[in-house]
Amino acid sequence: MTAATVAGPHQYMAEQMRWRWSEIAFWLATLLPFLVAPSYLVLANQVAITALFALSLDLILGFSGIVSLGHAAYFGVGAYAAGLASKWGWGEPLSGLLIAALAAGLLGYVTSFVIARFRHLALIMITLGLGLLLQEAANSASWLTGGFDGLQGIHTWSIFGEFHFDLYGYTAYGYSLSVLFLIFLIARRLIYSPFGLALRGIRENGQRMPAIGAATREHIRTIYTIAAIIAGVAGALLAETTETVSLEVLGFQRSADVLVMLILGGTGRLYGGLIGAAVYMVARDQFSGLNPQYWYFWIGLLLIAVVMILPNGILGGLSLLARRLKVPS
Amino acid sequence: MPPVFGVLFDGLAYGMLLFLLSVGLSVTLGMMNFVNLAHCSFAMLGGYVTVTLMNAYGWPFFATLPVAFIAASLASVALERLIFRRFYNAGELEQCLLTIGVVFVSIAAAAYVYGTAIQPVQLPDYMRGSINYAGLNFAVYRIFLIGISLVITIALVFTIETTRFGAQVRAAVNNQRMARGLGINVDGLFALTFALGSGLAGLGGALAIEIVGLDPSFALTYLIYVLIVVSVGGLGSIAGSFAAAMVLGISDMAGKYYVPALGSILIYLVMMVLLMWRPSGLFGRR
Amino acid sequence: MSENALAARGVNKSFGSLVVAADVEINLPQGVRYALIGPNGAGKTTLINLMTGMLRPDAGHIFLGDEDITALPPEQRVWRGLVRTFQINSLFPHLTALESVTLAVCERRRVARTWWRPLTAYRSEVDEAYEILSSLMLAPVSHRLTRELAYGQQRLLEIALALATRPKVLLLDEPAAGVPRDESQELFTAIAGLSRDITVLFIEHDMELVFRFASRVIVMVGGRVLVEGTPQEIASDPHVRAVYLGKATGKADHG
Repeated sequence: MTAATVAGPHQYMAEQMRWRWSEIAFWLATLLPFLVAPSYLVLANQVAITALFALSLDLILGFSGIVSLGHAAYFGVGAYAAGLASKWGWGEPLSGLLIAALAAGLLGYVTSFVIARFRHLALIMITLGLGLLLQEAANSASWLTGGFDGLQGIHTWSIFGEFHFDLYGYTAYGYSLSVLFLIFLIARRLIYSPFGLALRGIRENGQRMPAIGAATREHIRTIYTIAAIIAGVAGALLAETTETVSLEVLGFQRSADVLVMLILGGTGRLYGGLIGAAVYMVARDQFSGLNPQYWYFWIGLLLIAVVMILPNGILGGLSLLARRLKVPS
Repeated sequence: MPPVFGVLFDGLAYGMLLFLLSVGLSVTLGMMNFVNLAHCSFAMLGGYVTVTLMNAYGWPFFATLPVAFIAASLASVALERLIFRRFYNAGELEQCLLTIGVVFVSIAAAAYVYGTAIQPVQLPDYMRGSINYAGLNFAVYRIFLIGISLVITIALVFTIETTRFGAQVRAAVNNQRMARGLGINVDGLFALTFALGSGLAGLGGALAIEIVGLDPSFALTYLIYVLIVVSVGGLGSIAGSFAAAMVLGISDMAGKYYVPALGSILIYLVMMVLLMWRPSGLFGRR
Repeated sequence: MSENALAARGVNKSFGSLVVAADVEINLPQGVRYALIGPNGAGKTTLINLMTGMLRPDAGHIFLGDEDITALPPEQRVWRGLVRTFQINSLFPHLTALESVTLAVCERRRVARTWWRPLTAYRSEVDEAYEILSSLMLAPVSHRLTRELAYGQQRLLEIALALATRPKVLLLDEPAAGVPRDESQELFTAIAGLSRDITVLFIEHDMELVFRFASRVIVMVGGRVLVEGTPQEIASDPHVRAVYLGKATGKADHG
């Protein structure tokens, strides 16, 4: 234990927040696809988008303890908002992100009033219900959403007139990665703020929070809205970079997949969702020849294994390993 | 007779089926707070047992029903002993993830063995067709389904209310710590209740084939309906599951008949409204 | 009424046929140290839940000073200075002691909503938290996770959390519960060191604490207030002895 050598509380707090070399290495590594694997840029783009989505779920699940089985609702709303804007004639990508953020944020804000009032099974069921409801509604409103076939006629303009979206994927991945990094910086700042501490307090012991004077429901509404906005932006990125939006963006499948990715990577660590998304999607790409049923067989086994052996996911396992290595026996 | 009675009848049959599928989960959730999302995998198992016995071995339909019950019970006991029991004190999320993992594995296994097509099943002649009464058609199978479900429900209520076993179950659901303190072997009780509940699910799965069809996605599709019944009805309450299953069954049939464009939106809305009004369920505690 | 820091008037609460509070009248004058005792199931913790807003009374009122707070939610009562600790530790397992207390300080100062400035910018909040921990001898373990602390230290952390909210009225629910003898010294010192500006009501079974700190004792049985008096009066009261004699605490015989 380094308790004797830590100078004081302020130094300790500052130590918790400083950038680790592993983080810098991680972000440098995200540039690799440009240099060594340009044929995988399309996949890298998908990973970046999904990582952003997983990050948004981590904020409510990993940091605040809100179990949501319907988070794809906000992803889907963002995707459709950006897609529809483009279809109706406005294909400017950056403002498309803003439109998606607004739409998803509004839905998130409204639903947060319901979410903040419940816990345990009722909460899980309500989030599930919201997701399923939206999926059904989108299915029924095929005049708007294009139904099973999806939105047609999306065309994304170039960024600042300079960067055009093409089949090679350089612009797409650069765009998604930049957005991911920027939002990550914001999320990181949030986590190390007093609000971030309050969220962890809610996760650790929601009952105690009112007893120390915390306006718990307000906190939950705020983070839920923020997470909805981020999920919406991720959805918009998908719509803009792939120029397709279909019903699956709001589907239960997507909500379940992102949950698996986050658990795989490790919740409450900010990087867990990113790493989980990368591992999951690369693996899925490698096994894409496999019948989807069999893919879920292995995912099922993986889930069981993770819960039984590595409850804190990959990152949890790594930090356990790091601790074992540091302590001389 | 106006068609609404036909809708009610179908809704009743569907509701009874949902009740059989859900009651086991409600009681075990209420007793141990163990979120077993794999509950409908046992139902699916029962369904496939029936299909196999009938199609591959020529068994008569009725003979397969007890086997479906027993097979699902045994499978649940095995899983409970081997894996689940270590997670009774774990968090909700872990239990969800663990049991979702089991669901995925079961779906893939079913697809591997049986393929993804809906399973054909041949009911005995006297089970097919319908009775015409006052201008409406009442399917014979559904009459049978309602009948057998009522018998099982009465047996369940009788067991819970009058037998010592039932009293112990009620005590354990109400206050687990106190029940242990009174000397009740809660762990053994739970294992037995879990087996019975899963067996009922297996039976429900076998009975469901004719009504909703059986394919590997059953374990997930019907899980959602079962969860709705359990959360709306209230954990640990047989009466709650029954009431919620009826409401759900009838609303779903009514929705599909009168406003088919809405699809399943109606049930999700009903569920959410009911949960917001009573977060612990209609008959739940707290 | 305004000389009372906290008062309960005619408070009633039942769960179905189980009556947990019946016509409860409590008055806590400013700055006193009162003890609330009674057998298990007497309704003492329930009363604290009613006073802090975790339970709604079926009838009756709770007054904080002059203000009727019966309809206020728990966090608003905390903002007005009514704070409690929990009989079974209710802490934040994966937060460090320092983080836990800093959180309470930030909530009190209403800065817990800001998400765009890092915690390191809030030096005075962290300083205040560290000071509170130091006053309870917890400074050496301030960087340890709550779940790694010894039980006695966790009990002290319970009190630290309460102190961080700058209470005017402090309700301590069995502060010494489960604390082994060799760890209880710090606890006693902490309770003795509580400022005289704070009004304290504590539930206790440990009669040593009651006699050391309480100027007055309230006895509850079956949801009702049985009797009220000085510790000496209560110790020699025949009704109280009858209520306690069935229990295995030989410590009830003091003085």
